[in-house]
Amino acid sequence: MIEITAVQKSFGELKVLEDINLRIEDGDIYGLVGKSGAGKSTLLRCLNGLETYDSGSIRVNGTEVKELDKPGLRLFRKDIAMIFQHFPLMSRKTVYDNIAFPMRCWKYDKQQIDSRVRELAEIVGITDKLKMKPNVLSGGQKQRVAIARALSMKPQVLLSDESTSALDPGTTASILRLLRRINEELGITIIVVTHQMSVIRELCRNVSLLEKGRLVLSGPVNELFLSQPDALRRFMLEDDIPPDPRGEELQIMLTGDDNSQTILSRLARELQVSYSVAGGKIERYRDQQLGSLVLTFASEDISRVCAYLDAQGIVWHRYLPLDSGKLQEEEADA
Amino acid sequence: MLDFLSDYQLNFLDKILLPAIKATFEMLIYSTILSVIFGFLVGVLLVITNKGGILENRVVYAVLSFIVNVIRSFPVIILIVFMLPLTKLIVGTSIGVPAAVVPLTVSATAFIAKLIESSLQEVDKELVEAMHSFGLSDAQVIFKVMFSEALPSMLSGVIIATISILSATAVAGAVGAGGLGSVAITYGYQSFNDTVMYITVGILIILVQLIQSIGDLVYRKMKS
Repeated sequence: MIEITAVQKSFGELKVLEDINLRIEDGDIYGLVGKSGAGKSTLLRCLNGLETYDSGSIRVNGTEVKELDKPGLRLFRKDIAMIFQHFPLMSRKTVYDNIAFPMRCWKYDKQQIDSRVRELAEIVGITDKLKMKPNVLSGGQKQRVAIARALSMKPQVLLSDESTSALDPGTTASILRLLRRINEELGITIIVVTHQMSVIRELCRNVSLLEKGRLVLSGPVNELFLSQPDALRRFMLEDDIPPDPRGEELQIMLTGDDNSQTILSRLARELQVSYSVAGGKIERYRDQQLGSLVLTFASEDISRVCAYLDAQGIVWHRYLPLDSGKLQEEEADA
Repeated sequence: MLDFLSDYQLNFLDKILLPAIKATFEMLIYSTILSVIFGFLVGVLLVITNKGGILENRVVYAVLSFIVNVIRSFPVIILIVFMLPLTKLIVGTSIGVPAAVVPLTVSATAFIAKLIESSLQEVDKELVEAMHSFGLSDAQVIFKVMFSEALPSMLSGVIIATISILSATAVAGAVGAGGLGSVAITYGYQSFNDTVMYITVGILIILVQLIQSIGDLVYRKMKS
């Protein structure tokens, strides 16, 4: 279990982490999401001591990271592996030697290394590439090698820093499937830093959203999606729909059950209201299909519709465009 | 075999050219070996004392970097003359091969140190971070990872340095060190003997080509 309590960090005047409180259970896949510069990578690096924090506490399985001395920190890091955005491998070593490298540095015995390398190559699907040098591999294959290397010393936690950001969508999906399999089959806790909402959707159970060094949201991914807090909408920005002057807009959340999926036809049939569709989408969240529809209703129908939705147990929100003044301010900041 | 040559030519070859080639080789080899050793040490020191290095120390880095830059700003011929008292103190003489090796080594050490420093600094920062994340020690990261990654680039740096040492030996020849440079000046330029000058220049060209070709070959081996 990872417990982060009141963590602060500044680079000079600039506060990069402010009062971070977070708890990550064993076996979870936890996402840290935010724009660049939000502090998510810094927070991730605090977990394995690649970055220090000024105050507060980070406990990984009971160990306070800040209190470890150098040899202690080295041993501690064996249990916390990490993968990176540009899949850094040693260019002059073969795939086999790259995977074996950390174990060799830790003086594992030869036979143990050999069987572990072959086992890992099997898991990540690169058994035919062991004798090759990294420069002949594609990005996805390099990331697989990096994942195999990260798993070599049987860590309990895997930190992923934008590990799919440099990959195309198809390769991203295959790496995400691999990470999920690793989490499920090997029971490794995975903490994912990303700026891609799709990574959070497909991979994570829980997520925290960071804005300018602060945690503004935390919770299970599907619940946060259904409640559509402003901070999340600000981050996802893409789905902002302009207001419709003809009426009022409601956002109806589709949770994948029959009740919500047939809501459109029932609204028309049972309430006899008409509406127009302003926008909407359905996406995959791990094993669930979640979506939302933004519908425009005539103002006189609104209260009737809301009451009906409540009675049916459908999650809905008033759909208001985000405060455009605030958004522009933020963009100017960025 | 060489009977088409006159006695004078034979004599010149035997007494002057061959010893000069030998002297040039001695200066080149000793200076290169010594400056590679010192250059590596200073280069590594620069990297580890620099900002973000494992033994970050601003004072040491600033002093070292300043000295290296001062040495690099001397033209070789001035450095040789300027260092004469120190050279005499170290090797006991101010002429001949040993006296040339001292300033040549000093000058090349600064050059190589800078090349090694930049080669090591070009190693992917993410890779270095990744290696730390596996719990490797600082020494392992420098010597097993950074050195291995930077090796081809360090090698091409050393080849460039070797060639510049070779041209520096010719300069040293002009101020009493002997070798091909001194033959070209004394027996060629000052004796109005173009043939001698062309011969020495030809030998230098062949040497440079040879060093560069060997370097390229090893570089390709390392890269692939």
